[in-house]
Amino acid sequence: MSGGPATGHAVIDKSEIETLIQGLWKSGYTVVGPTIAQSAIVIDEIKSAADLPIGWTDLQEGGSYRLKKRDDQAYFGYAVGPHSWKKYLFPARLTLYTIKKNAAELEIIAPDPAPRYAFLGVRGCDLRAIEVQDRTFLQGAYVDPHYKARREQALVIAVNCAQAASTCFCTSMGTGPRARGGYDLALTEFADRFLVEVGSERGQGVLASLASRPAVQADLVLADNQARATAESMTRTLDVSDMPGLFYENLDHPRWDQVAERCLSCTNCTMVCPTCFCHSVDDVPDLAGETSQRVRVWDSCFNPEFSHVAGGNTRPQIRERYRQWLTHKLASWVDQFGVSGCVGCGRCITWCPVGIDLTEETAAIRGRLEA
Amino acid sequence: MIQPLPIIAEPSKPRKPRPRLGVFKFASCDGCQLSLLDCEDQLLDVAEKVEIAFFREATRRPLEGTFDVALVEGSISNSEQEAAIRDVRARSRFLVCLGACASHGGIQALRNQSKSEELIRIVYADPSTIELLDQSHPASAYVPVDLELPGCPINKDQLIEVLAWTLAGARPMIHRHALCLECKRRGLVCVLVARGEPCLGPATSTGCGAICMSYDRPCFGCYGPAEKPNASALAARLAELGAAPDAIRRLFQTFYATAPDFQKASRIHDGTRV
Repeated sequence: MSGGPATGHAVIDKSEIETLIQGLWKSGYTVVGPTIAQSAIVIDEIKSAADLPIGWTDLQEGGSYRLKKRDDQAYFGYAVGPHSWKKYLFPARLTLYTIKKNAAELEIIAPDPAPRYAFLGVRGCDLRAIEVQDRTFLQGAYVDPHYKARREQALVIAVNCAQAASTCFCTSMGTGPRARGGYDLALTEFADRFLVEVGSERGQGVLASLASRPAVQADLVLADNQARATAESMTRTLDVSDMPGLFYENLDHPRWDQVAERCLSCTNCTMVCPTCFCHSVDDVPDLAGETSQRVRVWDSCFNPEFSHVAGGNTRPQIRERYRQWLTHKLASWVDQFGVSGCVGCGRCITWCPVGIDLTEETAAIRGRLEA
Repeated sequence: MIQPLPIIAEPSKPRKPRPRLGVFKFASCDGCQLSLLDCEDQLLDVAEKVEIAFFREATRRPLEGTFDVALVEGSISNSEQEAAIRDVRARSRFLVCLGACASHGGIQALRNQSKSEELIRIVYADPSTIELLDQSHPASAYVPVDLELPGCPINKDQLIEVLAWTLAGARPMIHRHALCLECKRRGLVCVLVARGEPCLGPATSTGCGAICMSYDRPCFGCYGPAEKPNASALAARLAELGAAPDAIRRLFQTFYATAPDFQKASRIHDGTRV
């Protein structure tokens, strides 16, 4: 990055974020990004820069999340919150179609067209998470049209992380802290300005609508230093050098029983995970028997009902459900999709009510293997 | 002379017979029955689709004949009710228990842990008028039950769903997963993780639609245990977060005091020095 001319880069003043947000709305995008709600930095619709969590950060550890005032006015001075972008690409509750009983036939009514989203503030780990879900929903013989419609239209504006939470381990997963492609624009935040990197023609078009000036070499050096400092500040690691074999060879490890004593099987880890894609389909008939909606909802391998089959449950114990989740996430995902299902965002650690940490569980299982 | 208007008008034109619905009350507060009246606009659809043949909160019709669907509210608390629930079962094809009382004995099942005579003496000036079974029992202690809807009170949307599915000839699907799943689907922020509040959501059944959390309040378990919860591990976590043993005991011992998972969780501090 350093040494060459600063092509594909520009610098904008902080006030241009407001121009950006207003311009995107005017262009027909629904702008979603970070904002404070219910004691956390969530992702929701952003009407103006004033909705951003300016001057706030998050303190995270296993089973705990707290907001904290910063000493500065950083726009993106936090790590990741409970929401991820799957909230929009793979909505938690989506009506796939409505069936209406007419005199002679059943009428199938398609859902409303997918909204056109602009994502503001996508982190490196979450860019990878979107790429991982692309493999689930867009590859192979059965492409999900609902995901595809949202994904193709979405404009992605990334933000490079200037700090890591104690739960972050993106450096172990090779996904951050710096955005590595998959974005239209990427922002690096400095005290008084943003460095903008262009990742696509569409991003170039958006940049052209802002008041920008050329970036100089010093800006790029500053961005490199920031990324290096963030990476060096990361305290958590996950060794995935021996996946998928490690878990396949340890299906009867006693650690699964130990974690099952603490695990609530409450589904929180899978809900906050930006790559978990399990879902169920419910039929919701009306009382009159005239119409019925077919609704897709997020589901979870930790929900006992999810593994109910004729004759019983394939994973009746919490031990089996936790083992299924972690083995899929870190091991069999690689076999299935050619990439790890974990991006190192740490959400499952923070939002586990009892603070179960997959990096610790993996290390414990490896410890036995090495003994 | 002015005739009293029935609350639910009988249709004037002749029509084919509709399924007969009966609503029955035992030891309870009437809140679950009121969920049916609370359906408002949809209540008219209900009255259109079924014949409300017995429902003391809404009509003066006497108890007679058989029922396609019986909605049962309340626990069995005295011998008269014991005979009555057997009678309802004998008259009904599909018996649905509404809420914590009918399915688990309800809040009044808190007396199951004490001697009833002592409690009666404390509460009533003249205990001789009170006839009581030793414990507050669910309907299922006396008769086979086809479906139990959780909640204190039930969710009217779940009730409508049960009626819609039953009328369509299908078995209703009542989910019993952890409330957290519903909370996260709604995008609500975890009050336990983000504020350290003692929330029972991880061990409590879905069904309410995560109402309390949408008002920034923790769950107090009024829908009872989820399917196979790890309630004891949750109780241990609440203790770590600073909840007093007595507060934890009361949390798990209010609406579903007789549920074994909640009983076990309420006793995690028994016999230990705190």
